Amino acid sequence: MTPADRGRPLTAARPLDLPRWMYVPASVGAAFVLLPLAAILAKVDWTHFGSLITSEDSQAAFWLSLKTSTASTLLCLAFGVPMALVLARRDFPGLSVLRSLVLLPLVLPPVVGGLALLYTFGRRGLLGGALDVIGVQVAFSTIAVVMAQTFVAMPFLVVSVEGALRTAGQRYEVVAASLGAGPTTVFRRITLPLVLPGLVSGAVLSFARSLGEFGATITFAGSLRGRTRTLPLEIYLQRETDPDAAVALALVLVVVAVLVIAFARPGRGAL
Amino acid sequence: MISRRLVALGTALALSSAAVAACGDGSDDDAGGGDKTLTVFAAASLTKTFTDIGKEFESRHDGVKVDFSFGGSSDLVSQIQEGAPADVFASADEANMEKLTGDHLQAEDPVDFATNTLEIATPPGNPAGITSFADLGKSGLNVVVCAPEVPCGAATVKAEQATGVMIQPVSEEQSVTDVLAKVSSGEADAGLVYVTDVAAAGDSVDGVTFPQSSDIVNTYPIVVLKDSKNSDLAQDFVDLVTSDAGQSVVEEAGFGSP
Repeated sequence: MTPADRGRPLTAARPLDLPRWMYVPASVGAAFVLLPLAAILAKVDWTHFGSLITSEDSQAAFWLSLKTSTASTLLCLAFGVPMALVLARRDFPGLSVLRSLVLLPLVLPPVVGGLALLYTFGRRGLLGGALDVIGVQVAFSTIAVVMAQTFVAMPFLVVSVEGALRTAGQRYEVVAASLGAGPTTVFRRITLPLVLPGLVSGAVLSFARSLGEFGATITFAGSLRGRTRTLPLEIYLQRETDPDAAVALALVLVVVAVLVIAFARPGRGAL
Repeated sequence: MISRRLVALGTALALSSAAVAACGDGSDDDAGGGDKTLTVFAAASLTKTFTDIGKEFESRHDGVKVDFSFGGSSDLVSQIQEGAPADVFASADEANMEKLTGDHLQAEDPVDFATNTLEIATPPGNPAGITSFADLGKSGLNVVVCAPEVPCGAATVKAEQATGVMIQPVSEEQSVTDVLAKVSSGEADAGLVYVTDVAAAGDSVDGVTFPQSSDIVNTYPIVVLKDSKNSDLAQDFVDLVTSDAGQSVVEEAGFGSP
């Protein structure tokens, strides 16, 4: 290997051949995901598309979804990044158990998450009495929507950031600390920039998960226009009487999701 | 070489899917112990009633198993419209049955077999002290109703018009069971559900009747579907539901007679 070769990234080399049979299941898998998307496109009533997605109900659901998903992504960042740091950088008894429990919402059916939130923050829940005393009513409020979304989206951020932290290692942090930087300075100047791509893609995933949240929201927050009825809930309801509106809104949600993923790509490339 | 492997893979896939299919058939037979299965699509509010009638039907027809799919009536109609294999359909309202007959998916005209009316449900003990429909219009109460898009919500709108009381709900739920869940968990002070829901919920909710409810009646029609492969059996099931034996089960659950 010449010194010049060593500098070249691995991906620039000729790609290895894949087993040819692998293209069969790969194509089936791709078709399985892409065909339903095409079916939505085919089902859209284009002549009324504009009026369907600009109706008062649709607008209210769209903006509520954007607002709540943004809020829950910010909450995920505020609490998820410190959680990821503790999980990646500390070692104490029970850490692996704690880690599994914290990531549980990834595999938990969202309806179960909604019930769990209800039993915690609901009027008769674990903390319901205390919240009532300070005059806070969570159920049926937009706050409940944000909580439901944060609950299901948080693990995506934690997993992304924790992975980035482990990949990045601690060498630069050790050097910075040895040069006299305090823990907060190390976090701000070294750790955060190092894991930024992982953090961005984690945040994007959390946003996307919040946007699609349905089960926990309908169980915990209810469904009222402009307050708790997000886009997925609106789609589910419109389907009852106005399937065309449901399909049009579904397409809006798909487009937003595609934009979000497209936005996440540069972050992942940089990893 | 590669093509031989492809063939092998294809064979393996075909065999395994055949095996899966065979397993499916086998388990169906084992579970039912019979050779015919009647598939009934019915509104969620009929879950208990129809399960009981289904057992009676199985005991009267040797070797026949009744499979139920309970759900929101409009969901079931769209599934049938998309070709779901059902023999009988029972709807919680006439509007959804009309969607189905509009597409000419029925074998014969639907028959009404039950009615249902609204009732106020409160958490056990009625902590908010609700005694009338007018109480639902008071501010500061958490009242939950069905969204106007679903049958129980359409009935709720009629009740508001009949009483002149406008409810400011904290949530408009997707189904009557969602309303009931919000009430029985104590999150809501009151909800509007069907009489039969209050009866089925037992001790988990209290019911408060209101006189105007008798004017707002939901009628439940049942029909044999055109594409049924067991249309004789399907007709027998409809006959059982409308017979005296079936009607006594229906009335026991709190439904009225059409």
